[in-house]
Amino acid sequence: MPIEVLMPALSPTMEEGTLAKWTVKPGDTVKSGDVIAEIETDKATMEVEAVEEGVVGKLLVEEGAEGVKVNAVIALLLEDGEDEGALEGAGASSKTESPPPSASDDADTSPAGGGGKESSGDDETLSSPARGGGGREAAGGGKTLSDPDIPEGTSMKEITVRDALRDAMAEEMRRDETVFVMGEEVAEYQGAYKVTRELLQEFGSERVVDTPITEHGFAGLGVGAAFGGLKPVVEFMTFNFAMQAIDHLINSAAKTLYMSGGQMGCPMVFRGPNGAASRVGAQHSQDFSSWYAHVPGLKVIAPYDAADAKGLLKAAIRDPNPVVFLEHELMYGETFEIPDLDDWVLPIGKAKVRREGSDVTITAHSRMVGFALKAAEQLAEEGIEAEVIDLRTLRPLDTDTVIESVKKTHRIVCAEEGWGRMGVGAEIAAVVTAEAFDYLDAPPLRVHQKDVPLPYAANLEKLSLPGVEDIVKAVKAVCYAE
Amino acid sequence: MASKSSSSSASRSGGASKKPAKLPVTKEQLLAWYQDMLLIRRFEEKSGQLYGMGLIAGFCHLYIGQEAVVVGVQGALEAGDQVITGYRDHGHMLAAGMTANGVMAELTGREGGYSRGKGGSMHMFSREKQFFGGHGIVGAQVPIGTGLAFANKYRGNGNICAAYFGDGAANQGQVYESFNMAKLWNLPVVYIIENNQYAMGTSVKRASSETELYKRGASFGIPGEPVDGMDVIAVYEAAKKAAAHARGGKGPFILEMKTYRYRGHSMSDPAKYRTRDEVNEFRDHKDPLDLARKKIIDAGWSDEEALKEMDKEVKRVVNESAEFAKTSPEPDPSELYTDVLVEV
Ligand SMILES: Cc1ncc(C[n+]2csc(CCOP(=O)(O)OP(=O)(O)O)c2C)c(N)n1
Ligand SMILES: [Mg+2]
Repeated sequence: MPIEVLMPALSPTMEEGTLAKWTVKPGDTVKSGDVIAEIETDKATMEVEAVEEGVVGKLLVEEGAEGVKVNAVIALLLEDGEDEGALEGAGASSKTESPPPSASDDADTSPAGGGGKESSGDDETLSSPARGGGGREAAGGGKTLSDPDIPEGTSMKEITVRDALRDAMAEEMRRDETVFVMGEEVAEYQGAYKVTRELLQEFGSERVVDTPITEHGFAGLGVGAAFGGLKPVVEFMTFNFAMQAIDHLINSAAKTLYMSGGQMGCPMVFRGPNGAASRVGAQHSQDFSSWYAHVPGLKVIAPYDAADAKGLLKAAIRDPNPVVFLEHELMYGETFEIPDLDDWVLPIGKAKVRREGSDVTITAHSRMVGFALKAAEQLAEEGIEAEVIDLRTLRPLDTDTVIESVKKTHRIVCAEEGWGRMGVGAEIAAVVTAEAFDYLDAPPLRVHQKDVPLPYAANLEKLSLPGVEDIVKAVKAVCYAE
Repeated sequence: MASKSSSSSASRSGGASKKPAKLPVTKEQLLAWYQDMLLIRRFEEKSGQLYGMGLIAGFCHLYIGQEAVVVGVQGALEAGDQVITGYRDHGHMLAAGMTANGVMAELTGREGGYSRGKGGSMHMFSREKQFFGGHGIVGAQVPIGTGLAFANKYRGNGNICAAYFGDGAANQGQVYESFNMAKLWNLPVVYIIENNQYAMGTSVKRASSETELYKRGASFGIPGEPVDGMDVIAVYEAAKKAAAHARGGKGPFILEMKTYRYRGHSMSDPAKYRTRDEVNEFRDHKDPLDLARKKIIDAGWSDEEALKEMDKEVKRVVNESAEFAKTSPEPDPSELYTDVLVEV
């Protein structure tokens, strides 16, 4: 069989071209690399090289022919020993490319994660009510998640959020020697906010590593260490400084599993305080919840109390995915009760109803949960019973719990500390509107920071950040109570 | 003090006094620098006090111990040259001729502050005095300062930019990206590394593989020199040379100022990572003000009596700034929404 020479695609967008000139004629001997023709594409004139050896048997396209389709046969080469008789009937048809054996051309309808792999996302590939439900999926690929039962007789102990986080890391480091902690001032200084207190003493400087101030560098190094079989817990002194490193969180940590076809997971935790501290100004006071929650390939956790901080950080360290763990500086010193159990681990991707109520649903995460609970108490005195949902995990987002609640209360207020535009509340409002539209008695309302960088002045800072009063006001508005 | 601008050193150096053989500066220069250093010292002591009283909040990083660095460098700058630094910025602003009142009122978050109360200690600016901040993110000022130098070259205005950063900041990647561009395009920038030996609780040797930070430009072809940052005259001379290099079209220059901060990293740092003796060694034997005072007196340019008077005057200015910062009103609530975007 003679060798078919096909019209090549010489740019990613080229569909056809002009065969400007043949530089060989029948009977010429060519070897690979020899220029045989010139082709004009939509962008340039290019030379076509032979890729195989042979004798030019027949030129099937005339010089100057326009609109020659990519992959059309333009010439036939005779292989060693073949004579012209072999040309009969060859090259009659042009090749048409057969479509790749695609599984489905509609990503939206395919179940998340092929090949029996667990879905790591919620994931909401769709937003239209018509296809509702199907898009929603809990973290564990449809498993129903719930907090572990606390055996009867378990004692409760008081602990600060700071120590709960510390204990979580210490316990996981004892359990798994590939877990190590890295960041600025985490070792000798015992943590800028003392969250890594005494880890250096127990685990030594190989596993509790002080870094230079070089966030982009050590975040990337952490990703590499995770690829290399370790489980890094990378502390950012605050998440404001993670902006130096965000490329590695997103382009390296979040996307590599996908880009490697599932080969290369990135089991690591990026943690540190997020959100506004006190009077530290715009560059040190930002809530990045919605930034990270936006990104497929990450899990994002933002706990409120000590029990969740501990149980979810332990789960995050064990999770085979990159987890962004958003703490809050103003919560570190708060004390809560926590079950005194050996191994307190909570499911990622499960919201928690912190207060039941029939009149309105309030969603919140991190420090705002406390404000929501206070607002609920205040509202109760005025006869409004609010259900407070602590989201706990922002990605995957437990929309089931929220929707169930709205079906009961018919009203929702979404509270968050960060800016409202394109925010967590915006997402929840969209999901609720799409999936529980008929149950709503009022449009969802959002409570959030004012749409300005955080000011330093005491009075302006107060005006800027959302608080209990803002939640109360929004609830009354959706309840048409005022 | 607020009455004169440190940036106009050129006019000062024109004084008629004759130089003693040993000192390469004039009486007027040295006395003015001493006064500037005193102003920074007293200003910082006062800020520490106001912080303790709850009038200043958040992060507040004092410059005490490092005064000779900014004052000496500022002496070598010319009108129109820009200054940029990190969050330990009060001294830089005063040296650049910004008023004590305006800086202090920003520290208390009041309307009379340079950012009208919206920036705070770490984020202050003065276009008039060519002070470009005041940056809270470690290392961010380095490419920005390089960009100011880019604009100088582009506009051919003959100005240079003095970009200050710490020993800790010297490990940020963006510093090296800046070095490369600055030399590639021979930008008029002087990089001043204020090596006060610690980045929060981390000593230079625990964070830097090469601790001689002035060598950090070597692989980019940028010359660098170590400087005794406790000696205002040494700082001035080094800065003059570096500024001439940059201004002359030869590109960037790196000065590593060997200095020391007496206080904790910020007000909340107990500074347990170093010994009292180490701090006292600097306070007692290398203090930049003591050093300058001794030189002034040895040269017969002033006496204890007159310098005490100067101190009194400086204290008056500082106390007045504290008073101003306490009584200036909080910004109007409507200010919350101003300055987010330029209105068009
Ligand atoms: C990108 C970034 N990472 C971390 C911090 C927190 N931080 C503020 S100052 C500082 C130490 C900087 O030390 P150095 O550069 O030596 O300057 P110095 O404080 O000694 O003047 C750190 C880690 C920050 N502000 N920005
Ligand atoms: Mg330092």
